[in-house]
Amino acid sequence: MNRGDNATMLPSPKKKCFLVSPLGVSQVSPMDNTDELKFQDFEEVSNLLSLDPNATTVAVSDSLASLSGEEDVKLDLNEDEEGLENSKLLGETPTGGFWTFDYYQSFFNVETVQVMDRLKGSVMPIPGRNFVKHYLRNKPDLYGPFWICVTLIFSVAISGNLSTFLSQFGDQTYHYRPQFHRVTIAAIVIFMYASLVPLCAWGFLTWRRGAEGQMGCYTFLETVCVYGYSLFIFIPTSLLWIIPLEWLRWLLILVSTVVSGSVLVFTFLPVVRDHTKLTAAITLLTILILHSLLAIGCKMYFFHTAGHMAAPLTTTLPMMTTQGTQAH
Amino acid sequence: MAEADGSSRAFLGLSDVSISEDIPVEGDISMPPTSSLQDDGFSTLDEPVKDTVLRDLKAVGNKFVHVLYPKKSKALLRDWDLWGPLLLCVTLALLLQGGSVDSKDDGGPQFAEVFVIIWFGSLIITLNSKLLGGTISFFQSLCVLGYCIMPLTVAMVVCRIVLLGGSGTVSFVVRLVVVCASFGWSTFASTAFLADSQPQNRKALVVYPVFLFYFVIGWMILTFAPAQ
Repeated sequence: MNRGDNATMLPSPKKKCFLVSPLGVSQVSPMDNTDELKFQDFEEVSNLLSLDPNATTVAVSDSLASLSGEEDVKLDLNEDEEGLENSKLLGETPTGGFWTFDYYQSFFNVETVQVMDRLKGSVMPIPGRNFVKHYLRNKPDLYGPFWICVTLIFSVAISGNLSTFLSQFGDQTYHYRPQFHRVTIAAIVIFMYASLVPLCAWGFLTWRRGAEGQMGCYTFLETVCVYGYSLFIFIPTSLLWIIPLEWLRWLLILVSTVVSGSVLVFTFLPVVRDHTKLTAAITLLTILILHSLLAIGCKMYFFHTAGHMAAPLTTTLPMMTTQGTQAH
Repeated sequence: MAEADGSSRAFLGLSDVSISEDIPVEGDISMPPTSSLQDDGFSTLDEPVKDTVLRDLKAVGNKFVHVLYPKKSKALLRDWDLWGPLLLCVTLALLLQGGSVDSKDDGGPQFAEVFVIIWFGSLIITLNSKLLGGTISFFQSLCVLGYCIMPLTVAMVVCRIVLLGGSGTVSFVVRLVVVCASFGWSTFASTAFLADSQPQNRKALVVYPVFLFYFVIGWMILTFAPAQ
């Protein structure tokens, strides 16, 4: 095989070898550069390895090590390689299929400090900051949304029960009831909100992105994450709803909807910016309306005031008076 | 006849086969006598049923003692069993019945609801701790969470006794104190076993669901209102 034949084959990119050890990284050059296919003798490597047996050798392709544009033919291949490696670095590609345990373990790869950070970010929306880009940084987790939803379910049900009890406190005829069925209803409502609304939002935005070919939208997991963390502010709000002042409750609804709604708006603003103004406005308005519907619905159902409890009493009163007149 | 002769002649050679005297054969084919102790250690089929039941009850009781005085001992983790949690769960669910049953809707939790909350709650917390990278095994975690419900079951018994005396403010305060104390005890006992299996930077992430779980059970106990 003479040198002329080599021109027909695409030569492989020149590879540099690095020896990685706790002592440092040293570059090792192969002895013979001319023909990549021949067996290369890495004398230096064996010398260095004898010094530190635990070191690993890493081969780095030339285009990554030095951005040289000489071999244009090979650049396409290297760009693909680079693109793949970059996406692996930036995105959290879970290992294994969805039937393995490791797949789900990659969604719980967070530390206490990170969760605290994300919770703080969800109650303090700053106009420039995008929740996904700033706090999630391509590492969405399912721990936060799930446990926030569970806590919210129990806090709404328990606070609702307490507020009903407090509103009937002076009433002698009132017999305390735990109203445990509220937990079931709260669970259904909140989990459906936290899973279906992000699904719709993600589906809609991905469809629009596909139609117009714009930049990447958020992944489904990131959308679920944003929605989950944005529900966090409703937990202290529901505890404050125990206070039986009507105007305070409406004020709290306003404040919490504005805060969590603005977290969502600032997150979706960059994605929606490329659409027409009308579509963008409608999308953001829909997100806000759904969010406030959840808040208002929770308040109306779980926090019955004395007005609601009086309704069954007024219907029983006429019955009692008619029975009384009949007895006469 | 000829065939019989032929066959007998064919087998004639075999009868002559014998071990020659000059090749010594050694060995002992008798079974070595096994001691009776070794036999009992492997097979428990022959023992009376009372022994089997008592042995399991003793194991369960031993673990109850470990929960009462939560030291970091490995016994609870190594010999896990789910009898104790089942007993506690059924006792608690039964004691939570007989509440205000005049209205089906607004009453306390039904038996199935308590059962589901306890078992699904333990399951979800176990899954959570495993997904966060815990080193404890699945059933060991279920075992620990189930056994640590014991202080809350004791509190339920105390609450029902207190409620027999009346359901005024005094009894409410007493019940509140008892339930709070047992809730703290349960959480402390279970975190003593569970928190060790997590890396340092995730301990709080594992402890919080346990706290929430026992808080909800404590809430169910505290709001138990007897039928009037």
